[in-house]
Amino acid sequence: MANLKEIRGKIGSVKNTQKITRAMEMVAASKLRRTQQRMEATRPYADKIRTAVGHLYQANPEYRHPYLIERESVKRVGYIVISTDRGLCGGLNTNTFRKLINEIGEWKDKGVEVDLCLIGAKATQFFRSIDVNVVATAQNLGENPQVADLLGAIKLMLDSYTDGTIDRLFLLHNVYQNTMSQVPDVKTLIPVDAPDADDLPKHWDYIYEPDAADLLDGVLMRYIESQVYRGAVENVACEMASKMVAMKAATDNAGKMIDTLETAANKARQAAITQEISEIVGGAAAVAE
Amino acid sequence: MATINVEIVSAEGHIFSGEANMVFAPARGGDVGVAPRHAPMLADLRPGELRVDVVDGDEQFFYITGGLLEVQPHLVTVLADTALRGEQLDEEVAKIAKDAAEAAVSAAGDKQSLEHARLQLVEAAARYRAVQKLKGKRG
Repeated sequence: MANLKEIRGKIGSVKNTQKITRAMEMVAASKLRRTQQRMEATRPYADKIRTAVGHLYQANPEYRHPYLIERESVKRVGYIVISTDRGLCGGLNTNTFRKLINEIGEWKDKGVEVDLCLIGAKATQFFRSIDVNVVATAQNLGENPQVADLLGAIKLMLDSYTDGTIDRLFLLHNVYQNTMSQVPDVKTLIPVDAPDADDLPKHWDYIYEPDAADLLDGVLMRYIESQVYRGAVENVACEMASKMVAMKAATDNAGKMIDTLETAANKARQAAITQEISEIVGGAAAVAE
Repeated sequence: MATINVEIVSAEGHIFSGEANMVFAPARGGDVGVAPRHAPMLADLRPGELRVDVVDGDEQFFYITGGLLEVQPHLVTVLADTALRGEQLDEEVAKIAKDAAEAAVSAAGDKQSLEHARLQLVEAAARYRAVQKLKGKRG
């Protein structure tokens, strides 16, 4: 039986760990609320710009912007991958990377090369040691990602689409379903799927300033950027939710460990008392004889 | 007098909303004034000052770095950019992202195969599941 002092020391250290994990859980919970609000805040812009894309698309059906055309032969595809900057958030990043590696494998089977644009420190760390083609990275976006920090990476991918290096562009990030479940999901960024005419009010059309074709350029670019930005914000919400759950599990676990250790400590104490009594009784009996 | 509802949003969030008598925006081809019941319009905005003549008499100014103006008869929406844009600036930030990628890649030693990475991930996931299971058993 381990000695009592050792067990007490162990209980103390587990209690300290528990304090830390509990604090991390609470911090993640409060940050989750804020990131959820931020996620909501991106919606009006994304909705509006999507409507604008739809209108512009309908307005000049004869003009085909490169981003709207589906290229027939696909030789190389691009992925924008959003991961977290920090760990301790359960299986979130692992799930994302596994999904990506499966996708890369599928493309490779078809003889298609893959270019990666990695956002978040964890993705950069993971794919650094792997034989994949990384063309752009953006790191340390923090809990409040800014559009400006993403622009460079997005621009690179858009450029490589325009000059024909890649024929398709995808976005991979975690989708926030609820606090308990976040699922990595792949979305197609290019070719942009413009909203159907049925989705739009048909009774009127805009005056375009300058003209629809010129506008479409900027609008499509901003539309893609807003989608990537939303992905980044949503991924932060996922990170916080996942961290909260992981840290809660760790706290509970520490509690159970403390219970087991306390039982062991009580047993050790009891054994020491019993031994002492038996020694006294034995001593007394020896004196009495 | 008729009024017009103004919404100013950016990708990062909501900036302003309210009733106004008139909105003046810096469109690419020159400033435009939008009065209530204006015909529907989409316009590209250049960096400049956005002026909103709010109903209660105040005038509000917003500096925008560019964006998009959408006009419907009773609603003006400004989709503001959050970052300064321009051909040259865009090129610069793109170069930063590219350099970061090159630095990250060159810092690595020998490359492992995709298959290796897949195994690594499967192992991590299995370990994670095992821990979850252990936790359940002990509780």
